[in-house]
Amino acid sequence: MAIWTLLMNKAMAGDTFMPVQGTEIAKSVDNLYGFLVVVSFVSCAILIGGMIYFGVKYKRKSAHDKTAYITHDTRLEVLWSVIPLIIFLAVFAWGWVVFHDMRSMPADALEIQVTGKQWAWAAEYKNGVRSSDVVVPVHRNVKLVLAAEDVLHSFYIPSFRIKQDAVPGRYTTLWFNAEKLGEFHVFCAEYCGTSHSGMMTRLKVVSQEDFDKWLTSESEIGTLPLAERGKKYFQTRACASCHNVDNPSVKIGPSLFQKWGQQETMSDGSKVTIDENYVRESLMEPQAKIVSGFPKPSPMPSFQGQLSESELASLIEYIKSLK
Amino acid sequence: MGHSSGKSYINEEPGLLSWFTSLDHKRIAILYFVAVMTFFLIGGIMALLLRLELFAPNTAPNVGQILKNGDAYNQVLTYHGAIMVFMVIIPGIPAILGNFFLPLQIGAKDVAFPRLNLASWYIFMIGAGLAVATFFNSKIDTGWTFYTPYSIRTGTSVVMMVVAAFIMGMSSILTGLNFIVTVHKLRAPGMTMFRMPLFTWAIYSTAILQVLATPVLGITLLLLTMERLFGVGIFDPKLGGDPVLFQHFFWFYSHPAVYIMILPAMGIISELITTYSKKTIFGYTAIAYSSIGIAAVSFFVWGHHMFVSGQSELAGVLFSFITMLVGVPTAIKMFNWLATLYKGSIEFRAPMLFALGFLFLFAIGGVTGIILAVTAVDVHFHDTYFVVAHFHYVMVGGTLMAIMGGFYHWFPKMFGKMYNDTTARISWVFIFIGFNVTFFPQFILGAMGMPRRYFDYIPEYETLNKISTVGSWMIAIGFLFGLYTIIRGLTSGEKAPPNPWGSKTLEWQTESPPTMHNFDHDPIVTAGPYEYK
Repeated sequence: MAIWTLLMNKAMAGDTFMPVQGTEIAKSVDNLYGFLVVVSFVSCAILIGGMIYFGVKYKRKSAHDKTAYITHDTRLEVLWSVIPLIIFLAVFAWGWVVFHDMRSMPADALEIQVTGKQWAWAAEYKNGVRSSDVVVPVHRNVKLVLAAEDVLHSFYIPSFRIKQDAVPGRYTTLWFNAEKLGEFHVFCAEYCGTSHSGMMTRLKVVSQEDFDKWLTSESEIGTLPLAERGKKYFQTRACASCHNVDNPSVKIGPSLFQKWGQQETMSDGSKVTIDENYVRESLMEPQAKIVSGFPKPSPMPSFQGQLSESELASLIEYIKSLK
Repeated sequence: MGHSSGKSYINEEPGLLSWFTSLDHKRIAILYFVAVMTFFLIGGIMALLLRLELFAPNTAPNVGQILKNGDAYNQVLTYHGAIMVFMVIIPGIPAILGNFFLPLQIGAKDVAFPRLNLASWYIFMIGAGLAVATFFNSKIDTGWTFYTPYSIRTGTSVVMMVVAAFIMGMSSILTGLNFIVTVHKLRAPGMTMFRMPLFTWAIYSTAILQVLATPVLGITLLLLTMERLFGVGIFDPKLGGDPVLFQHFFWFYSHPAVYIMILPAMGIISELITTYSKKTIFGYTAIAYSSIGIAAVSFFVWGHHMFVSGQSELAGVLFSFITMLVGVPTAIKMFNWLATLYKGSIEFRAPMLFALGFLFLFAIGGVTGIILAVTAVDVHFHDTYFVVAHFHYVMVGGTLMAIMGGFYHWFPKMFGKMYNDTTARISWVFIFIGFNVTFFPQFILGAMGMPRRYFDYIPEYETLNKISTVGSWMIAIGFLFGLYTIIRGLTSGEKAPPNPWGSKTLEWQTESPPTMHNFDHDPIVTAGPYEYK
């Protein structure tokens, strides 16, 4: 009953259950969707209502009931072929118009490179800033150039009604013009393995002024102390999606909390001290030494060629600081 | 009706072993029946597990996380999908009911190639056995779609599973071939193509799809195996391949495959609606041709699975357009069934309840299919629970409802015994209501943006997921009632008369259960299949 009341209240308020409309495109998608829902409802009412009506009216009265012998009716058949066809073609055309807007990349857009990897998104800006949150200015055309490092991913912003697969080996694009300030969910919509459902991030829509400020402060990251820089990279490189840093429990990989300098038993029974070289090796060749009790092969991706020496040093410094 | 010597296909050859060497199409159908129902049970338990896991977000106490980790969840969802698609819904109607009733409905003694028919069953079982064996090797986690490059990189038994699907595909091709030849060569005197029952028409159209589409799946899976075993670069960009190419290949089979799943169901519905409203079918020719029409057009719509895959805008628009065209013959069928009820004499036996349930659920599955075919709207709904709800409405609400209705309808003919209609109707009530409680909330979850194949979700989605899980328990109760009905019917059902429902098609004009040779005298057909005058 509770759900029924909930549904009715929503329906009365004209709410289609869609998330907040964050863009103009979202509004036009919802208008089309609203139309489709109404037409669908009417079609189902005709079919299901007709079925129930006939069921009641022509319920069997005796085993000797005589039924009408009607083989066909050309006029009716043409009617119920042509009317659906017209409706289908109309919604097809309407869909095309909106789809065309979605797929036509504006020339003046702010470009952001977004890369998906198991299991995090990373946004890179023209000035070299790298961030796991996608931060964009409000009321400005933004174009995301999507890439994938390992397997397929799909960049999905429900509030903007847009989604685009990130495909390894090629670039795909997506654009939007955010109308509302605030934070919006970004999901990965294409199945990508163990932590597919954990591969989310935030899309932060801020004012142009805040955006400029954010971009500058992020680019000054190079002046931060090593450990703090490492903390940043730990987020942006998605280490945090598999490794805990403030408690010893296992997320997907081992926790790094209070691990520095400790001895760990490896899957082959050997003992290894967690030091600079072990951390380097684990980042470059994750399969080389796997802590006992964790899956083999390890789901940890290799960062060979992706981390500079200074980034590596700052990550190590950060791990040292986890006390 | 001929003499009644008590001999039937069930007892003419004694011993359990004789079943495994039998060339009789009816016995082979029963072999499939036992196998497919076992797989349905396994796939069903997987589904209950998935729903149980999604009862609450993982952080919730006690009920939060049921399965060990994300990998375990991904494995369960892969086996649920692969088993239900390749081992239940695809073989379900053609291999069981098609095998049993296609020859009977056209007045034939058997299918055209009885040995091939038995071989098909063995091939199917080898494939199915291999698929189940992966479970004890390293459980696969690719989803039933095997999308590359994930399926090339994951360290699980993908090759074994893919070979299993390849072998089962082989069986499907051979069965299809057998049916096509049977329809063209073994019709009884007077049984013209347009006097064939619509179930036979549907199985025939499906057979064409099986023969034409399945080889593409076979080749695709073979290429995937080559890539995994020998590092031949086809789909993996690291080797110079293209992952989107795999999607094109895969859906070139798998879209026609959804019609392999639904067309036979539509055939059953035509039989049920005419029988239980004692009325001739409205628009026989339109229904027959629309089956063929759907089969033909279904080859050109695969790209609608790929609107956001990176294919061009033009490709997306073209596939959207062709998909709209496939909607028309489907709508025609729905209206024809509705018109058949008009001025009928409708009897609400369990099979008819399943048929009407089909119309109800398929109407919803159909309109949501059109919603998804609209490019701009699909961009939001693609890979969300809206899609999950849509295809369960057509595959479960459609195909499975039809299978259940068909089983009850033909149960007296297959086993020579009657079942208890009351427990069958109770089973329907639970399945029908439970189904809507499970899957309707998933449309809303999809609209809210919840992606599919998610092990965990944000708190906003909790209430609807809870409702959905409760619904899955109702469906389980419904199937338990169904199982009870079938077992009771088999063990202590009354003896069935040849034609308990007053049907007009040929299979009802012989004994229940039929003898090994189906008909004592070769039938001569002088009229159409639905002459309720």
